[in-house]
Amino acid sequence: MSDLEQFRQEVSAWLEQNCPESMRMPMSSFEDIFPGGRNPEMSDPDQKVWCDRMAERGWTVPHWPKEYGGGGLQKAEINVLREEMSRIGARPALTSFGISMLGPALLEFGNEEQKREHLPRIVRGEVRWCQGYSEPNAGSDLASLATAAEDKGDHYLINGQKIWTSYADKCDWIFCLVRTDNSGSKHEGISFVLFDMDQPGVTARPIKLISGSSPFCETFFDNAVADKSNLVGEEGKGWTIAKYLLTHEREMISGFGSAPKISVADMALEAIGADASGCLANSVLRQNIAQYQLDTMVFGATMARVGDEAKAGGGLGPASSIFKYYGTELNKRRNELNLAVLGESALGWEGEAYSEGRVSRDWLRSKGNSIEGGTSEIQLNIIAKRVLGLPDA
Amino acid sequence: MALVLNEEQVMLRDAAAGFLAEKATISHLRDLRDSGDERGFDAEVWREMIEMGWAGIAIPEAFGGLGYGYTGLGLVLEQAGRNLSASPLQSSVLVAATVIGELASASQKEALLPAIAAGETLVSLALQEAPHHAPLQCAMSASKTGDHFILGGTKLLVMDAPAADAFIVLARTSGAPGDDEGLSAFLLQAETEGLTVEPGKMVDSRAYGTLNLTDVKVSEDQLLGEIGQASKGLGHALDIINIGLASELLGLSAEAFERTAEYLKERKQFGRVIGSFQGLAHRAAELFAELELARSIVLQALQKIDEGEPDLALYASAAKAKLCEVAQRATNEAIQMHGGIGMTDEYEIGFFIKRARVVQHLFGDYNYHLDRFARQSGF
Repeated sequence: MSDLEQFRQEVSAWLEQNCPESMRMPMSSFEDIFPGGRNPEMSDPDQKVWCDRMAERGWTVPHWPKEYGGGGLQKAEINVLREEMSRIGARPALTSFGISMLGPALLEFGNEEQKREHLPRIVRGEVRWCQGYSEPNAGSDLASLATAAEDKGDHYLINGQKIWTSYADKCDWIFCLVRTDNSGSKHEGISFVLFDMDQPGVTARPIKLISGSSPFCETFFDNAVADKSNLVGEEGKGWTIAKYLLTHEREMISGFGSAPKISVADMALEAIGADASGCLANSVLRQNIAQYQLDTMVFGATMARVGDEAKAGGGLGPASSIFKYYGTELNKRRNELNLAVLGESALGWEGEAYSEGRVSRDWLRSKGNSIEGGTSEIQLNIIAKRVLGLPDA
Repeated sequence: MALVLNEEQVMLRDAAAGFLAEKATISHLRDLRDSGDERGFDAEVWREMIEMGWAGIAIPEAFGGLGYGYTGLGLVLEQAGRNLSASPLQSSVLVAATVIGELASASQKEALLPAIAAGETLVSLALQEAPHHAPLQCAMSASKTGDHFILGGTKLLVMDAPAADAFIVLARTSGAPGDDEGLSAFLLQAETEGLTVEPGKMVDSRAYGTLNLTDVKVSEDQLLGEIGQASKGLGHALDIINIGLASELLGLSAEAFERTAEYLKERKQFGRVIGSFQGLAHRAAELFAELELARSIVLQALQKIDEGEPDLALYASAAKAKLCEVAQRATNEAIQMHGGIGMTDEYEIGFFIKRARVVQHLFGDYNYHLDRFARQSGF
C-alpha cells in the first residue's frame, strides 16, 4: 500500500471517530462554520468541539508548517483530507481572516517571533482577526489613508478611524494599515501593525447595510496602543504587504458567486413555464438567461484554464486579473435574474413565505461585491495599466 | 484534458504564426483584392501550406493527414485569423474534409481524404440556400430516376467556389424543408454538366460563389454515406466547423484588439496619449477580459472535439456565440478607438471588421447559436 493510501485510511478512520454527526449535516450559511475567537457565535456547540479536534492535529490549516501549529501536510495529503471530509459531508472546522489573510502575510513578511506568537492561535481558533484597511476618506484610493501611529518608544499610539472593518465588533485582534510617516509619497510611510481590540482606545460600531445585515463596522482608535513587537515588516513598508493581501482578498471575493446549485434557467422554467417547443415562454428573459449562462460557462472555463496554466508551471497569467472584476459582475447579474425570474416572491423582506427575504437580501448584498476589495473600476484601472501597459492620466 | 497546449501544439502554433505573418498577411490580401484575382487566394502560398501538411492537419494519419486533431487545426486557424490569411484552410480543410469525415463511407474516405490532405483536390461545401444558416430548411431536390438522381436549385455562399475542384451538395431525397429525414449529400465535380458557378466576392474580399444546378444528373456512387441520413453527421460536422471558425475569430479579435491597444499608447490628443483617458482605458480593459474568456472557451471546445465529447453541440454553440459577440465588439471598438484613420481603406484595421462579419455569419451567427445554446441547455 502506498504511503498516500495508508494516510487516506488513517484520515478516514480518524474522521469517522472525531467528526460529530451534527457537523456532517448540510450548512445553511457560513455562520455554520466555527469562526473562532473569545466570544464565538455558534448555531451549534459542536462547532467548537469539531474545531478543537481538528486543530489538535493542525488540520484546521493543513498546509501551514507544523512548527506554527499547522498540519504540515503536502499537497497530495491535503487533497486526501479534503476528499475524505467531503465524502462524509464534513463541513470546514474553522474559517477566518486569520487563515485566509493574516496567516499568509505573516508567513511571507513576519519575523520568527510573530509567527510563533500568532499562527498557532489562528490554527486553534483562539483569536479572531479583522482587517483595518479602508477609511472614510480612503476607499478606492486606499494609499491615502490617514490613521496615525505615533512612535512612543516601545509602542505606537494609534488615532484615527477605519471603516468597512468586517466583523470588528466580534473580533479580538486587528491587522491594520497605519501611517507612521507623512513626509514622503502616499505609498511610503504606511506600516502594517497588529493590536488587541480589547482595550479602552478601540470602539467598533456595526454599519447596517441595505440588505439589513451588519457584517461591517466603523472602528475608532483613540490612543489605542500597538506594541512595536507587532510591527510586521519594516516601518513605512506596509504598502507592499497591503497589496499582497489585496490580491488574496480579490481571489476570495471573485469566488463568492460561483456554482449556484440550481441553474437560473431551471428556476425560470418552473416559475414561468415553457412554450410548445420547450423554450422558456418569455423570449426576452430567455435571451438574458442564455447570455448569463453562456458567460458563466465561459468564466468557468477561464478559471480552469488559469488553474491548469499555473499547475503547468506558468504561474498566474494575466487572465487572473479579470477574476475579481468578472466574477463579481457575473454574481450581480445572477442576482438580478433571480428577481426577474421569481417576481413578487423575490421582493419579500420578512415573513416565512418569503424565507425572511433570503432572495432580496442576497440581491442587495451582491451590490457590494463590485465595491469591496477594490471596485470594478479599480480592477479595470489595474488591467489597463499593469496588463495592457496603458499610461497614467 | 488540461486547458493548456502541449509542446507539439506550441511548436505548431509558433510555426504557423511565423509563416503566415510573412507569407499571407493583410497586405497580401489587399494585393489579391486590388488585382481582381478571381480565386481570392495565392496558389503559390497555398502550395507551401500543402507542403507543410496543413491541408491534412486534422485528417487522421490513416487517411494521409498529419493527425494533429482539431486542436492543431484550430491553432493554425487562429493564426490565419490574426493575419487575415486568405487560403482554402477554411473551405477545404476545416469544412469539406470534416463533412466527408462525418458522412462518407470508409471507401469514400479512402478515396477523398488523402487527396484533400495532399492538396490534389480542393473541395467546398454547398449547403446554404437562403440569407440565413438553416441546414434543415434545405429544399434543393434530388429526385431518383432509374439508377441516378436529378438535382436542381441554387446554393449560396460556397467558399472558394471559383477555385474548387468539387462540391459537396446537400439536397433532399425525401421529406420537406425542416425535416430531419431525407437530407442527402452528393459529391459533384466542378465541371459537371448543368452545374454553373457564378463567382462573387463578399465584404471580406474572399472568393465565394453561387452554384446553379439545372437538371444535373448524379450517379448513386456520388452519394456520400446513406441516402436520406445526412442530417446527423452534417450536424456533428457543423459543430466542429463552428468551433474552428470560433478559433479564427479568436485570432482575428485578438489581433484587432492588440493593434488598437498599441494605438491607444501612441495617439496623442489634448497633449496626452489617448490611452490615459479612462473612457477608453476601461473599454480596453473590458475587452481584454472578454478576450481571455473567449480564449478559454475556444480551447475547451477544440479539446472537446478531440476527446469525442458526446454533447459537442453545447460547446460548439457556446464557442461560436461567445466569439461572435467578442469579435463584433472588438472590431467595432477597433474602428471607434482609431477614430478617423480607422475609417480609411489605406489603414489595415478596417480589414478585420469585414472578415469578422462574414465568419460570424458562416454556419450560424450569434443569434442562431445563442438560441441553440439555450435549447441545448434545456430551455
